[in-house]
Amino acid sequence: MITNSDIQYISALARISLTEDEIKPMAQDLSSILDYIAQLQRLDVDQIKPTSHVLPLKNVYRDDVIKPSLTQDKALSFAVSESKGAFKVPQIVDN
Amino acid sequence: MSILTQKDFETVIGLEVHLQFSTQTKIFCGCENVFGRQPNTCVCPVCLGLPGTLPVLNKAALDSAIKTALALNCRVNSYIKFDRKNYYYPDLPKGYQISQFDFPIGHQGHLDIAVNGATKRIRIHRAHIEEDAGKLIHDSEEGCSLVDYNRTGTPLMEIVTEPDLRSPQEAYDYLTALKLALQYLEVSDCDMEKGSLRCDANISIRPKGETKLGTKAELKNMNSFKAVKAALEFEEERQFRILVSGGTIVQETRLWNEDKQATYTMRSKEDAHDYRYFPEPDLVPFIVEAAEIEQIRLRLPENPQAKCSRLQKDFGLSDYDATIIVQDQYLADFFEACAKHSTKTKKIANWIIGPLLKELNDRKCSVKDLSLKPEQFVILIEKVENGDVSNLVGKDVLMSLLQDDTQTVDGMISAQGLSQVSDDSFLEAIAEQTLSEHANVVQQIKNGNEGAI
Amino acid sequence: MNWNTYTAHELLDFLKQGKVSAQEIFSSLSSAIKQQDKTIHAYVRTAETADILSDARIPIPISVKDNINIDGWETTCSSHILKNYVAPYDATVVRKLKAAGAPILGHTNMDEFAFGSSTETSCYGPTRNPWDISCVPGGSSGGSAAAVASDEAIWALGSDTGGSIRQPAAFCGVVGLKPTYGRVSRYGLIAFASSLDQIGPLTKDVTDSALLLNIISGHDPLDSTSADIAVPDYTAALVNDCKELTIGIPKEYFIEGISSDVKTAVAQAMNVLKAKGARFIDVSLPHTEYAVSTYYIIAPAEASSNLARFDGVRFGLRVQPAKPRKAAIVDMYEETRNQGFGREAKRRVMLGTYALSSGYYDAYYLRGQKVRTLIRQDFDRVFENCDAILTPTTPTSAFKIGEKLNDPVSMYLSDIFTISANLSGIPAISIPCGISQNGLPIGLQLSAKPFAEEILFRIAYTYEQNTGWHKKRPSLKT
Ligand SMILES: [Mg+2]
Ligand SMILES: [Zn+2]
Repeated sequence: MITNSDIQYISALARISLTEDEIKPMAQDLSSILDYIAQLQRLDVDQIKPTSHVLPLKNVYRDDVIKPSLTQDKALSFAVSESKGAFKVPQIVDN
Repeated sequence: MSILTQKDFETVIGLEVHLQFSTQTKIFCGCENVFGRQPNTCVCPVCLGLPGTLPVLNKAALDSAIKTALALNCRVNSYIKFDRKNYYYPDLPKGYQISQFDFPIGHQGHLDIAVNGATKRIRIHRAHIEEDAGKLIHDSEEGCSLVDYNRTGTPLMEIVTEPDLRSPQEAYDYLTALKLALQYLEVSDCDMEKGSLRCDANISIRPKGETKLGTKAELKNMNSFKAVKAALEFEEERQFRILVSGGTIVQETRLWNEDKQATYTMRSKEDAHDYRYFPEPDLVPFIVEAAEIEQIRLRLPENPQAKCSRLQKDFGLSDYDATIIVQDQYLADFFEACAKHSTKTKKIANWIIGPLLKELNDRKCSVKDLSLKPEQFVILIEKVENGDVSNLVGKDVLMSLLQDDTQTVDGMISAQGLSQVSDDSFLEAIAEQTLSEHANVVQQIKNGNEGAI
Repeated sequence: MNWNTYTAHELLDFLKQGKVSAQEIFSSLSSAIKQQDKTIHAYVRTAETADILSDARIPIPISVKDNINIDGWETTCSSHILKNYVAPYDATVVRKLKAAGAPILGHTNMDEFAFGSSTETSCYGPTRNPWDISCVPGGSSGGSAAAVASDEAIWALGSDTGGSIRQPAAFCGVVGLKPTYGRVSRYGLIAFASSLDQIGPLTKDVTDSALLLNIISGHDPLDSTSADIAVPDYTAALVNDCKELTIGIPKEYFIEGISSDVKTAVAQAMNVLKAKGARFIDVSLPHTEYAVSTYYIIAPAEASSNLARFDGVRFGLRVQPAKPRKAAIVDMYEETRNQGFGREAKRRVMLGTYALSSGYYDAYYLRGQKVRTLIRQDFDRVFENCDAILTPTTPTSAFKIGEKLNDPVSMYLSDIFTISANLSGIPAISIPCGISQNGLPIGLQLSAKPFAEEILFRIAYTYEQNTGWHKKRPSLKT
């Protein structure tokens, strides 16, 4: 069972500020999905290796050769906010 | 009850060093890996984390990482994989850092340092490869922060010690030894000013005899080894004061403020540290066979400690001279090149540690940046030793050699008539003449005025 | 002429014969879109003009899903958070299409970030099924499937993470192929679940599917997970017989909840293939019942990380809340993502974050990856004894718009037959195999071992040549 405080913890981790009236339905939705997923607990997987990649690929490298970068104009062409050749964000206060 | 002093506490320090590799390109894209360019000019869709882009590993970055891990006496895993470390910060374009979690390239390594004349082994917990983040510039004028992604994707090695260091001085000595070892590998310029080598520190204190670790603070933002030491000293003191006044240490990240010479709570990263690591699905595993790892180990350059002992053994240098010479691998190489031309190795060492090193320090450069020829340097030393030229003239000739490497020592001496004269009667005649020409000065000196000359 | 109603291979013949020009094909598509797309809403944006090169090899316009980057085009995954984001580069598949001379006709609608099976979660509003506009076209590549079915596209690209090409292909009566994982480069496909995603063709027939796979396949140095395996000429596999082919029928796929129409259509399809020489055997994929659960751990987990880059810092939407709550930067992240993501996107990001979070990783993500191994091994075993597996693509034909929107689990279960192919990386194709009593298409799914697309094409082509389902088109009442 997913509690409202679980939802608050996860939404903070996921950087999604759910509104008050979004929290309860989200808890319900996630609970019903997790209830369904709980069937996996029936399987004994102790000796099973996890699969991260379906293909048996390995050692895929690139040579250390310089490729052209974007120009500053192109790099900033989609910027929401920019200043002095950089992406501008709200001030981050460290100390 | 007696009053507790700092001597009743033991300091426990662990260091986390981030080393940038000086590969041509970034770790996962073809952008040039270079410092000091205009903001956001060394970026591409991949390192900007644009939607749809994918990483491809730079082979040179992996090679450097394996070399580094081996040089730090780590065990190197044959199976290498990458993981995502998920957190939000504007300098991290994808919202995750490609790093390594459960299979770091190297683990269980060590580095030896000298503490009070004895060797102390500092264990290295792990050394893993990851990508660097961008740079945040705080613009107080505009009241905003600016992000430059040029640094994003620079290949990094994170080198984490066990909590084996017991004082800020030991931490300083470890960093010095580490930097030297890394410089010998030629995988990084190890320049702290450029951020090629950065150090965070964990520090806690505990009553002497206690085996459990105290609550630690993580210190960041130290821009030199001196700053690391100063921050640790400040923190040692701060924690001590809290404990003796009955307070408790809060586990937190603190930033070193160089101007104020103090640490402050870092407010922007006070989040729950839940990084949700999982295997990076966009990169496949890398298998480096044990035999290949052995090959790389065999090809590693001699490390500074080994070189130091060898210089003493093979060339009869003192521990003091050898230690100074190996502080710069190019200087050590230069010494060995000179030693091929002469058996007067002690004299060579003196000239290197003396006039040459002074000149290098004045010029803030390395011997590799100069085209000083070892055989000319040796000829010069021998001329001075044989009394062909004076010590003073010898130093002048050295300056000229550094100025113009097309010159030879012999050429310069004969062209400028600098040869030292050793005919006594000739010298006496000159002395007589000089004294008579300056008879009044002689008289003044005889009267006790030593400044008359 | 309604050039838009033809297949690509037919049009290539006409072009060769001089019956039509590339420009005329493009124009007839444009006017079909103008006429019908108000009703169908298959597209989120279209090209005004075609870039047609005189020496183009394959100047047949193509439509691509809105999660495939086109240089200079808005590419938004049908999400509010990416509105106005103009991509500065081409996806590898787009580069290959351009190299072949295929002009890009438009970006097709999709479930937001491909999270869905109905194309209802798009920020641009739903796409409708051309066979019945009160029904969904399936999803998430619903726009591509509907465009092809309604002749608003000759052919199209979609992406398939859990059935997102095959399920809408089945619902819209077109051919949809999910290639083997690694066959087609993912570079430039906006990632949903990186270990499952694959781009593939949606076409009017099997021949076009093979033609299009020829163009888009192959190793890409920009995608570390793309396989360095030679690409055959897939059209050479289009042979009208199934002699010496063994096809497995997994009993786990013929369960309660399959509509009788679907059952009947699949049984008839088996008869057609039997008559052309195929041998059928019963097989078992015992972990089938765990596929949906496994998928709903792995896919959201990867998605939660893949979608972290939509943070308002560099591109797309940025919203600062009116009233500060936390640090300004955190407020910006949270408000941007709350307003920029739709309900299903938030649900999946939350679910995935939970499955990876401290204390839950082993119980969810790790366990999911282990069950994934079991599911793969099921297929490995079965393919020792057969060349392909035949199943329905979906348990039922298309459902009504709105029917499952508020019931995530029942929506997720509509992918019950398609998800296993993504989890195990194998190729699978859906082809039209009948019409239900309520007049909606039914899909037949064939799957094979990794890189055995040629077997799929051969069986699918044989089936198509001996039936006429692929020629059935909806009669649009606009
Ligand atoms: Mg790190
Ligand atoms: Zn780059």
